[in-house]
Amino acid sequence: MEYFIQQLVNGLTLGSIYGLIAIGYTMVYGIIGMINFAHGDIFMLGGFAALIIFLVITSIFVGLPVVILLLIMMAAAMLTAALWNWTIEKVAYRPLRGSFRLAPLITAIGMSITLSNFIQVTQGPRNKPIPPLVSSVYNVFGISIALKQIIIVLLTVILLTVFWYIVNKTSLGRAQRATEQDRKMAALLGIDVDRTISITFIMGAGLAAVAGTMYLMYYGVAVFSDGFIPGVKAFTAAVLGGIGSLPGAVIGGLLIGLIESLWSAYFTIDYKDVATFSILAIVLIFKPSGILGRPEVEKV
Amino acid sequence: MSDTLLSVQGVETYYGNIRALAGVDVEVKKGEIACLIGANGAGKSTLMMTICGSPQARTGSVIFEGRDITRMPTHEIARLRIAQSPEGRRIFPRMTVYENLQMGASLDNLKYFNEDVEKIYTLFPRLKERQAQRGGTLSGGEQQMLSIGRALMARPKLLLLDEPSLGLAPLIVKQIFDAIKVLNQEQGLTVFLVEQNAFAALKLSDRAYVMVNGKVTMRGTGKELLANPEVRAAYLEGGRH
Ligand SMILES: Nc1ncnc2c1ncn2[C@@H]1O[C@H](COP(=O)(O)OP(=O)(O)OP(=O)(O)O)[C@@H](O)[C@H]1O
Ligand SMILES: [Mg+2]
Repeated sequence: MEYFIQQLVNGLTLGSIYGLIAIGYTMVYGIIGMINFAHGDIFMLGGFAALIIFLVITSIFVGLPVVILLLIMMAAAMLTAALWNWTIEKVAYRPLRGSFRLAPLITAIGMSITLSNFIQVTQGPRNKPIPPLVSSVYNVFGISIALKQIIIVLLTVILLTVFWYIVNKTSLGRAQRATEQDRKMAALLGIDVDRTISITFIMGAGLAAVAGTMYLMYYGVAVFSDGFIPGVKAFTAAVLGGIGSLPGAVIGGLLIGLIESLWSAYFTIDYKDVATFSILAIVLIFKPSGILGRPEVEKV
Repeated sequence: MSDTLLSVQGVETYYGNIRALAGVDVEVKKGEIACLIGANGAGKSTLMMTICGSPQARTGSVIFEGRDITRMPTHEIARLRIAQSPEGRRIFPRMTVYENLQMGASLDNLKYFNEDVEKIYTLFPRLKERQAQRGGTLSGGEQQMLSIGRALMARPKLLLLDEPSLGLAPLIVKQIFDAIKVLNQEQGLTVFLVEQNAFAALKLSDRAYVMVNGKVTMRGTGKELLANPEVRAAYLEGGRH
């Protein structure tokens, strides 16, 4: 039983990270109907930005409190990731809006390869380690919970709350939802559609960058290929939850995190990804639009 | 000429290679109600959308308050206070009635929202009853009311209505036409509307245009066109007299 709960805690942590990344996929899909395949690499870039700023800062100032360090790392990651995502939307995706459906998808794959190769060339192909930042572990009824796990889950809850508020209660969020539902009508009401789409890319990148920083803190390494596997898993989470749905992205992320840790715990770790994708396939057979996805029929 | 609010001059609009507007000239003066009638596919909705820059005119120009807006992006045109209730109503289906109305008031960042929404609810009490319902689940007529209400929330200088009576029960149609008249007379709102219900529209209008195949073929006051035998034959026979 303790072992099981232990795995739940681990799964929840991982799932939080996937959920944060998945939101970026799902929001961009919602608003312009494309899969931003470079989003996983945005997450990876965030991790690298955090790592680099960490190395720079710690070489200048010694003995900074960890909280301050983490905040600086997240800020740097968010800034870098947002700038990059904003730029690729503007130069690579926007000109293709309204062309055939595969064009932006292919471009996105190109952007993904570009970014991961760029990091591979400039940062090297090997794992880059970071010293453990947060190493306290608490023992609660025989279950060990690391402080870094608490940080990750807590931060995710906070960010999701803020995010939920923005999307549902502010004029920016309304503009985003309006643009998503009927771009032309939004423009007729004075909404700057291009700007709204840019902001969406920036918001998605911000969350992915936080996830990147957390991932770095959790595993202690960054590597150029991190954009791929966690990226694809987060994408799977978005599809599993129902692409286009924000709560769906979070639920999908948590599910994937849990499936992964429980499978590794009770069966063989080698097949954990197979398990994840099998579950995806099974869910999509019975509910093609995902867990919270809306069926495509609607009276308009 | 100083009282001309909108002037469309020699406008041609294309969808790909298809020419939907073939040199249209239309004028709407401040404080009047103008209407545009014509058969299906004549290009009426295209003209309404071209005024809003979506699609943009390929040649000719659209002048609003003396300013050339032909090449302006749609959202900037909206900010000049041209509001449209477009063809097909285009309600945001997954937003509530209330949120749809809030979208209408985006220009002023909801500054006058509370005050204005009460006016809309007085005009269409139905919307108040339904305010928490999602737009996509409203009946066709309710969506029509919402679309008009949303356009009015923008505090427009020029209100474009594309077939406001479409799908509405006769009583509601009368209500809407009465409302348009009241808004026009009491607040000096300028209205340019497209109508299939030619009789009611011509009766209401100070100025009227007939469009055929992307061209304006007749123009005059509402009364003149009502009395015109050609118009009667093509658009009014079988209608209410
Ligand atoms: N998006 C589009 N792509 C291609 N052709 C279009 C498009 N929209 C309209 N058209 C064509 O342009 C012409 C004018 O259409 P428009 O919708 O302006 O007519 P309308 O006068 O509003 O007709 P109705 O009374 O049926 O609403 C039609 O022949 C129509 O087929
Ligand atoms: Mg039409």
